[in-house]
Amino acid sequence: MRLQYSTNVRVVEMTCTGNIDHRVILNAFEEGADGVYVAGCMEGDCHFLKGNIRAKKRVNAVKQLLDEIGVGGDRLAMYNLSAAQGSRFAEIANEMTEKIKSLGPSPLNKSNNGCCGCSKEGDAK
Amino acid sequence: MIIAQQKPIKEVAAMVSDCKKVLLAGCQGCVTVCLSGGEKETEIMASALRIMRRLEGNPLETVTYTATRQCDPEYIVTMDDLVKDCDAVISLACGVGVQYMAERYKDKWVVPALDTNFIGGSTVHGVWEEKCGLCGDCVLHKTGGICPIIRCSKSILNGPCGGSQYGKCEISKDTDCAWALIYERMKALGKLDKLMEIQPPKDWSKSRDGGPRRATREDVMIG
Repeated sequence: MRLQYSTNVRVVEMTCTGNIDHRVILNAFEEGADGVYVAGCMEGDCHFLKGNIRAKKRVNAVKQLLDEIGVGGDRLAMYNLSAAQGSRFAEIANEMTEKIKSLGPSPLNKSNNGCCGCSKEGDAK
Repeated sequence: MIIAQQKPIKEVAAMVSDCKKVLLAGCQGCVTVCLSGGEKETEIMASALRIMRRLEGNPLETVTYTATRQCDPEYIVTMDDLVKDCDAVISLACGVGVQYMAERYKDKWVVPALDTNFIGGSTVHGVWEEKCGLCGDCVLHKTGGICPIIRCSKSILNGPCGGSQYGKCEISKDTDCAWALIYERMKALGKLDKLMEIQPPKDWSKSRDGGPRRATREDVMIG
């Protein structure tokens, strides 16, 4: 199965979404990402039982923090799909890309300080 | 342990709005266990503050460090080099740690990132409850290991009062009546007769009424 999905999506592999840390998500935004989504297994299908449920709670907490600090919680999302759903993976990548494109660049990338404190405008990731 | 919770991020940001570089100092003690001021929380707060300041067009440089404890001078000094070129210190310790930092770094603006709430423990992961009132004169041996000072809304020693309904306190249906718990526990232990003893008014001189308290042990003093 060779499926095309938006080239702007950069995959960061984690052992389990239950290992998702608030810092990883915040770091992505600081480093220039316009949006971040966490792709976990289907609810009820976690090999570690509750990893994806815990990830969902953490994602929600970070969404709230992003709202408070002015980045916007709608730039972060969590999706659930199984490893066998390749076409759904590509669909989500395109769906999220469209959503972020409609929101425009992250406020951090629009600021005068560029994508990472440098003077350049950040790339959409 | 001491239970503390983070202040709203905007409140913390406002405290250091005129600073260019700050040290965020976490603590590996109680606030790490109650997930409010450990290494992880310190780094999350640093990241959030950096983002806020970048959006304001006024970047903030952050340094993070999590001390073994902030309530012992010997661990505070480990931050001497880090503090040097910082304009301020944001302490993610309890109120004790903030004061130790302020005392050590007299020329620095030291601010608290947490609200120190109470002495307690966790019931389930993510929920903490107050368990000790720090009265300085423990009565747990008389009450089946359940503290009436802090867990009874009235802190009464001869309970329950008339506000106890079906094991709950009249202040809230979510609050257990401490004296109902004490009664059940003493009954299970076969020690109800001990509850028949009338407790005289408590000696509150060992509590906060004499100003700040001090505990001294000559045998462990060095020098």
